[in-house]
Amino acid sequence: MMTDSRFFRRENGTYDTVCLQIDGVQTHARATDTVAAALLAFGPAPTRTTGISQSPRTPFCMMGACFDCLVTIDGRPNQQACMITVQDGMCITHQAGFRPLEEPHDG
Amino acid sequence: MAKPDLIIIGAGPAGMAAAATAANGGLKVHLLDDQPAAGGQVYRNITRNQDRLTHLGPEYTKGIPLADALDHPNITHVAGAAVWRIDDTPTVWYSLHGKSHAIHADHVLIATGAQERPVPFAGWTLPGVMPAGAAQILMKSSDLLPKDAVLAGSGPLLYLIAVQMIEAGQPPVAMVETQTPQMMMRAVRHLPRALLDRQQIFKGLAMLRKIRAARIPRYTAAHSFKAQIQDDLLDFEFTSKGETHHLKCALVLSHQGIIPATHLTRSAGIPHKWHKAQQCWHPDHDTEGRTARPGLWVAGDSAGILGADAARAQGVITANAIICAVRGLRPSIASHVNAHAINHRNRAQAIRAFLDAAYAVPPEINTPPDDTILCRCEEITAGTIRQAIHDGATELRHLKTATRIGMGPCQGRQCDLSLTHMLAAQTQRPIATVGMPRARSPVRPVSLGEIAALEQTD
Ligand code: FES
Repeated sequence: MMTDSRFFRRENGTYDTVCLQIDGVQTHARATDTVAAALLAFGPAPTRTTGISQSPRTPFCMMGACFDCLVTIDGRPNQQACMITVQDGMCITHQAGFRPLEEPHDG
Repeated sequence: MAKPDLIIIGAGPAGMAAAATAANGGLKVHLLDDQPAAGGQVYRNITRNQDRLTHLGPEYTKGIPLADALDHPNITHVAGAAVWRIDDTPTVWYSLHGKSHAIHADHVLIATGAQERPVPFAGWTLPGVMPAGAAQILMKSSDLLPKDAVLAGSGPLLYLIAVQMIEAGQPPVAMVETQTPQMMMRAVRHLPRALLDRQQIFKGLAMLRKIRAARIPRYTAAHSFKAQIQDDLLDFEFTSKGETHHLKCALVLSHQGIIPATHLTRSAGIPHKWHKAQQCWHPDHDTEGRTARPGLWVAGDSAGILGADAARAQGVITANAIICAVRGLRPSIASHVNAHAINHRNRAQAIRAFLDAAYAVPPEINTPPDDTILCRCEEITAGTIRQAIHDGATELRHLKTATRIGMGPCQGRQCDLSLTHMLAAQTQRPIATVGMPRARSPVRPVSLGEIAALEQTD
């Protein structure tokens, strides 16, 4: 199985990092990463499956124009991972299917 | 919050240049941008990277002075603001950290830039298939380099990304180019005018030399793209010069140029025109960026694709026109102040016709085979759309109701163009008469709770 990320992180200098949990696994990311970048750096696995044919998806456009990066963050579904910066202690989980976007959430 | 003279949406080259120009002219400017730092996509993360990522090349660092100039007492830069509505007063509604705000000014400049043209082909929804520009965003924002990647498609950005990958020591495993000799032939007649921007041509040639020197395998006149998963890797199939090829790779990065991001301009009721050479809709505007909607202006790539240098110039030109409008000055005054910027914009315009023709969109992208998914959100194929047209749908809205195409969370950003092309082709009408799909606010995801809370506080 392909377990390595499709991306390679350049190491040039020191960076602030944060700790994250991705699908139950502890990992870290650069403090300035978007959640989508952190997910792609973490591994190649699908981050969402579609509601209609359960097909696997990963973040696609990285600029807010496709919504393939929807994941659940700290229990809140439908979070647009490419538009959100990581935060220390964030819990990111794969999202199965699709929930209506207008679902109100607290916070 | 004190009422600003001007609200600018988007902190890319056009928005940043316009903000600095307007602020220096004494206007109070509110600059709303959905990213955590200024730069837009072209100079993304420039405020943190500065000139440290040398593999990105000298064009990228042009963003440094633009971003620095935002440090001005007349500019309020609101980072992380997702604008979801502009009404005709004009009031701008945006969401910031889960709360919505409404703010009014007599002038609103929309400088929301571009998005990549969606490139539907069989397998383009698979993990590992991404727009090349998305990979470039990862290079700029997170210092992530694509591994074992095939670059596929066409356009100046594809070559720039190839060079950036080479300079970073992770060259693409191959380039699969859709450009045909016929496209080049058609472009030749635009060459004399393009030579007005000789510098740009030399830069292009230098990029091609670097790609050749790196000995990257190149396939030209490629078509019939298909991606499949095989042993966990991608199997990328295509035909070039009559031969079918298969490449094993981790990533297929596709690209067919960029198109204006028009959801905001469309939802604001600004009329749009079909641009034949660029194969996309442009918001209609005059040379200073004025639209038919009073107080609404456009600049940069969201007004029509001309690239970052022209976007910066157009930001200056439009800001000067807005200063004249606010101060009640004769518009002719602006044309003197603008001489330098106009020169820049004209140069970018001179080369554009050549680029549009040389890197034309291959027809199979516009009307793909039946099994290709057009709408990524609702998973609607080209075949389903053909069937719906066959069953009597003659308008875009018929197709939306019949199939739900374009009704998912991306609101058609990934399928609007394909849908329009398909309907035009199947009903043998020119695109301009098929019309443009509607965009409705909120054009960004915002919860009902957030909207309700705003209405209460207002
Ligand atoms: S990756 Fe496209 S919207 Fe996030």
